[in-house]
Amino acid sequence: MSSAPRAAVPAAGRESASSSRRRGGDTAARLREGLPAYALLAPTILVLVGVLAYPLYWLVRISFEHFGLRELIAHKGTWTGLDNYRQVLGDREFWTIVVRTVIFTAVNVGATMLFATLIALLLVRMGPIIRTLVTVGLVWVWATPAIVGIAIWQWMVDFEFGVLNYTLTKLHVGDFIHHNWFDHPVQGFAVITAVVVWGAIPFVAITLYAGFSQVPLELIEAAEVDGATSWDVFRKITFPLVKPIFIILASLSIIWDFQVFQQVWVMLENRPGTEYYLVSVYAFVESFRVSQYGLGAAIAVVMVLLMLGVTMVYVRQMVQVSEVE
Amino acid sequence: MSSVAAYFDLRNRRQRQRVIANALGLVVFAVMIFPVYWMVATAFKPPRDILRFTPKWYPSPATLDNFREAVSRPHFWDTVRNSLVIVTAVVLLSVVIGFLAALAIARFRFYGRRAFIVVIIGVQMIPVTALIIPLYLLLARADQVDRLTGVIVTYLTFVLPFTVWTLRGFVMGIPKELEEAAMVDGCTRMGAFIRILLPLIAPGLVATSIFAFVQAWNEFILAYVLLSSPEKQTLQVWLASFTTLRGTAWGPLMAGATLTSLPVVIFFAIVQRRVAFGLTAGAVRG
Repeated sequence: MSSAPRAAVPAAGRESASSSRRRGGDTAARLREGLPAYALLAPTILVLVGVLAYPLYWLVRISFEHFGLRELIAHKGTWTGLDNYRQVLGDREFWTIVVRTVIFTAVNVGATMLFATLIALLLVRMGPIIRTLVTVGLVWVWATPAIVGIAIWQWMVDFEFGVLNYTLTKLHVGDFIHHNWFDHPVQGFAVITAVVVWGAIPFVAITLYAGFSQVPLELIEAAEVDGATSWDVFRKITFPLVKPIFIILASLSIIWDFQVFQQVWVMLENRPGTEYYLVSVYAFVESFRVSQYGLGAAIAVVMVLLMLGVTMVYVRQMVQVSEVE
Repeated sequence: MSSVAAYFDLRNRRQRQRVIANALGLVVFAVMIFPVYWMVATAFKPPRDILRFTPKWYPSPATLDNFREAVSRPHFWDTVRNSLVIVTAVVLLSVVIGFLAALAIARFRFYGRRAFIVVIIGVQMIPVTALIIPLYLLLARADQVDRLTGVIVTYLTFVLPFTVWTLRGFVMGIPKELEEAAMVDGCTRMGAFIRILLPLIAPGLVATSIFAFVQAWNEFILAYVLLSSPEKQTLQVWLASFTTLRGTAWGPLMAGATLTSLPVVIFFAIVQRRVAFGLTAGAVRG
């Protein structure tokens, strides 16, 4: 990656050390050096197999089985082949939910990336005192537990005493006194989006700011002296340099927002109507409300597969930026 | 344009930009922090100031009644204790185990290293909402549902990969040459590790621990599904169950929410800078 030259300095030492090792080492030596590494990795691999690989195997297995309450007690499902998948994929309701989830994800990721980028650009330009203030605010929101955030927003849009209802009414946006936002799914999702985006902005904005502030100032000034506008500078210099971070953050956001669960579940008091179902909510209801674990597993597998492309983009980008040595 | 004129033009533009950025920065701060402010303000208000159509913007007179009521609700202290037990166990396990793995991928070259890195990054993308179904069934089979140990083990699914990755960044930030120099001077590999690497990595270990603490403390879904008795649940589940009551008691709820977020906000403020930059520090460095 052809990125900021200044930051390459600390990597230089490591690079020379490892390349000299690579030159001298034949296969046997490399394996011998690997031995302690494998010993160090053993506990992590053990845990990953136990809590990730094995459950994943089970998830896939159950998705091919009829697995209800009786099977839960007997600890054994009955193999039904592709029945669950046929049922899920043949269900019009499921595709409505998928489309809804995709739209929800697009809106949330778009809003998060847009606002976070603007805030990060502001952070670069503001004075040190205001910058500290804004950073403190962002970090505070970032650390706030999601469940706390949900409770706060529930209170702010309360039917009778919600401060947001009052403010919007005073601003003549409309009459929101005694207004139940969750009566109408579009408005309900607007509130859910506000909670998600509000909670997601700080991480993205602070990380992007870290990227922006590593862009060499001389580069920007040279362009400005040559008559470049702020937009030119962003498009031609800043953005290309932080593009790896941007891709990582965007794909992370897509994956996170595609699996939004608790914001819907807790906001709607543990019983969202079907018009509020997102894929993860649907999988959860099928498994833990209706006790159709096989069906729920099939939905979850489809969800993971739908996200596979984005996951691969993310992993590739992460491996690329981290494999500097 | 002469270069001197261009320079002054640039300086003017910077100053104009800064004034605008400062003003907009204040707006951003106000919008982002208002929900948090509203939580704290509500927590300190007496009921008659909470249930008002025209909001009272600041808590005056202030009262601690909401906090008293929240704390005296059933199972508050039980859930605080459960959360602390779970979080402590998860942090200790994941930092110790994860540190070993981080050492391996940061300091050794071995077959499968790249594959391991891909796995560590990739598994962080598996949705918990998908994993919870088999996790629940497996724990039910092992008779570990509604037990803290079951939750502790499942929390490792998302805390451990993250810990390995973050610690790897910290280990790589310490030049290998320091250890090599110590070994040239007669230190054993273990000696170099204890005398050189460990003291230098300590801040990284603390930062990662706190970040893992925050993640485990804030987790909701797994605890919600895996713990059914009210006295075994975590603080997050306790807080979420507040809202299911008809006619929510907003004052105590906001007081409870304030108490729930207090420890993480304080801890997080201490280490945020370190970890936030660690995550993508390599990205621009490229």
